[in-house]
Formats: sequence, structure tokens, C-alpha cells
Amino acid sequence: MKYQLGKASPGEPGATRSFKSRRQFLGTAAAAMAGAMATLTGCDRSGVEAFLQHNFRELTKDDIKQVIARLEQEARRKYGKAIHIGTEPPIPGVLFGYALDLSRCIGCRRCAKACVKENNQSRDPQIEWIRVLQMDKEEGVDITHADPYYNPDLVPQEGHFYMPVQCHQCRNAPCTKVCPVGATWQEKDGIVVVDYNWCIGCRYCMAACPYGARRFNWGDPMVPADELNPVTHYLGNRPRPKGVVEKCTFCIQRVRNGLYPACVEICPTGSRKFGNLMDPKSEIRYILENKRVFIFKEELNTKPKFFYFYGV
Amino acid sequence: MGIPWFSPLRRGYRSILVGLLPLMAAELLAQDIQVPPPPFSDGIFPCTSCHDGKTMKVNLVRRELKDMHTDIVLQHGPSNRWCLDCHDPLDRDRLHLAGGAKIEFTVSYELCGQCHGEKLRDWRAGVHGKRTGSWNGQKQYLLCVNCHNPHSPHFQPLKPMPPPVPPSAIQARKGAAS
Repeated sequence: MKYQLGKASPGEPGATRSFKSRRQFLGTAAAAMAGAMATLTGCDRSGVEAFLQHNFRELTKDDIKQVIARLEQEARRKYGKAIHIGTEPPIPGVLFGYALDLSRCIGCRRCAKACVKENNQSRDPQIEWIRVLQMDKEEGVDITHADPYYNPDLVPQEGHFYMPVQCHQCRNAPCTKVCPVGATWQEKDGIVVVDYNWCIGCRYCMAACPYGARRFNWGDPMVPADELNPVTHYLGNRPRPKGVVEKCTFCIQRVRNGLYPACVEICPTGSRKFGNLMDPKSEIRYILENKRVFIFKEELNTKPKFFYFYGV
Repeated sequence: MGIPWFSPLRRGYRSILVGLLPLMAAELLAQDIQVPPPPFSDGIFPCTSCHDGKTMKVNLVRRELKDMHTDIVLQHGPSNRWCLDCHDPLDRDRLHLAGGAKIEFTVSYELCGQCHGEKLRDWRAGVHGKRTGSWNGQKQYLLCVNCHNPHSPHFQPLKPMPPPVPPSAIQARKGAAS
């Protein structure tokens, strides 16, 4: 058996694990039962196909085509409108990095709301991938003095600063290491993704993440059909089922097509910076080379690709 | 062949050229930056529709404005700041730098950068201010004045979007979400 727990090395982004033996077993057993199941449980063909679907990293091109067609059809049935589910691969020579200017963020939460819209997060029960923390200037960056529920008439408030937290896309990601089924991994461009069709909802990854960046669909996610963003990615903002974990993907559906993430585009203060860490001329490299940079919980050795900096 | 480059005359030209290079580079850089039009108040531009120098004579006296532009509050640097420090008295549709060179409103960042040089440098690099567009292609910049009112540049406070729903509130209605 090729798949061994604990051997998923963080130094190899995008490293695939093999689930052959488990899948072969399940595939054979389920294939034998598929016909019976269909009649016995009233499960339709698409449900059987979903049940038999492999881990995304093991799918062939033909498999992917079928899976995408099925998912698009399911979404059309659920929302009554056509959506596109892309599978754009990582761009060679690109490692995404993000930097957030703590000296400029005013805590207006426009990033969190734009993220919800762009990434089809559940409105009820509410899911928000970005959490903006209000902190005391006197205390500095200290989680014990952080308040995510501040709600004054105007921000910034005197004596406070604001620190939005989202997935740090760690190079040494604890979340991917604890996943018992390999449903979450790091892509070659550094984005940590989740295969929602492979996730079993155990939430180990949420317990492992030191940044509280992952969210669980406790209920069936509710997104109004007219607000559904039809431009999606399989590993990103496509409609999710109940019972799976989701998280920030740097807007994988946007950044793999050359666009900035939605939070970067909405930020009224220009505090959010994004780019290719491998490109010496990128904004992100300028920041890392010229500004005071702060890594949140650096002592945990998670090696985030999300940095905080002081632009002034 | 060769050699001519070392003739005294050529060398002279070359040193001039080399001296000009940084300026040319800056010029190229400036041209490469795409900015939206300046955010003028409605109907205020061109300024020469009133300040034509004929019906309205140029008044260089520092004074409190009573008839027009009363909405402008100058809260920018020293208290003796005055309109004509930046607006050109003889060519109202343009601004002028400290050295007297006239510039268009579309490159007003050159004017701001005279004092805020390190901000201009960061802005050119894409680090100060908002960027939209493409991280690996054409980027849309904003002028300084798109975010900072030049007369009162401190970034204005905003009303925050609503806070997240606390987990307790979601738990309370857990049965409803199925």
C-alpha cells in the first residue's frame, strides 16, 4: 500500500498520494452493489457516480470532464442557473504570496463581505473565511485582546488597530498533515485546497490550523440563486455540500486566470497586496525586501505565505 | 571602427545622455502607469471657465474665500498652505511643482511626491495604494487624490460592515439548518 500516514512531506507541494488499494476495494465493492443500491435506496445515477468518484488528484482528464458535467448539472438543478466549474492547473513558475499592511487596515470588513460574495459562502448559517480582529494598540498583536465583533459607527476607532486573519497558505501546513483521507493538500502554486467530494467532515484540519482559518458547513449552505457567482473552480468556490470543510484559496478561480483576489480588489485603503513570490519584480517581493514584515505565530514554523507588514 | 566613441566630442554627448537617462527612465515609468481621470467635483473643470485671467483678475493675496470654494477646508501640512502653492495662478487648468514647472492634473502624483517622496516610490512599486486588474499583467493604479482629498488628505473613517454572527447564535437555531 503506497499511502502512508505521516509521510506526506510538507516540502513537496502538490505531492500526490496514492489511494489505489482503498479505492480499488471500495470501487469493486460498490460497483458490484451499484445496481442494487440504485433500486434499493432510490439513489439516482448521479448519486452513485458521486459516491464512486475518486480523489481529485487521481482523476484522469476524462474523469474530470464527467465529474464537472455532473457537478454543473447538480448546481443547475439546485440554483436554476448555469455555472462554470473550472479546473485550471497551477501556472508553472508561480508561487503565490500575500501581504497585508497592518498600518493601513481600518477594519471596515469590506474584504470579508466581498469574499463571501465571490466565493459563494453560505449566508445562513453564516460562513466568512476572513475574520477581522480589532486589537489594542497598547497590547500589540495579542489574540487575548482581540475582538472580532466590534461594531462602532465609524472605523478606525481611537487606540485600536485591525488585523484581518484568513488562511495563511502555509508551506508547512499542519492542516494537510492531519487529514486522514488526503482531502486537503497544497498545490504547486502554494494554494492549500480542499476536495469537497473527498472530505469526510472530521474537522481534524480545523483543530490543527493555528489561524482558525477553516470553516465547516454545519448546515446545508444557503446562497441565494441571484447572488451565486457562476464563475467557479473545482478546488475553490463551487457550491459546497453540507458536512465539508472550506477555506480561503486566494480566490483560485481568479488568480489562476491572472486576476487579483476579490479582497485585494475591494480594500478601500489598499492594504492588501498579492503577487508571485518567484517574480523578483512583484509587489510582494518589494514588500518582503523593503518593509518591516511580521509573520503571525512564526514560532509554530508553519511558514505562511501570508505576511503582515508595516507600510509606513 | 570603434574608437569614435572615445573622441572628446562623442564623450561629451555621451555624458549628457547618461545624465539624462534617469530622467528618461522616470518619464517612461510615468507613462507606463495607467491612472483614472482626476476626481473633479461636478462642473468644476476646466477652471479657466471662470479663472480666465480677463473677467476675473488673478488675486495673489492670501485670504479667506467668501464667494466660491467655501466648501474647501485646507488641512494639509503647515497652516500657511495656500491654493496657489499647488494650483498655477496663470494657467488654472494645471498645477505647478515647487520649481515652477507646470504639470497636468493627470500626473498630480508628481506634485504630491515632492514632499511625500517615499510614498511616491512605494506607489510606483505598487505597494502604497490600491491596485486592481491583473497580478501578472496590466495593473490599474489610482491617483493619490482618488483616495486622499488633496485639501484635507487624512483618510476618512468608514462605517464598518456588520460583524460576523457569533457561533452561539448559529447554534441556537441549529435545528433550522438541515
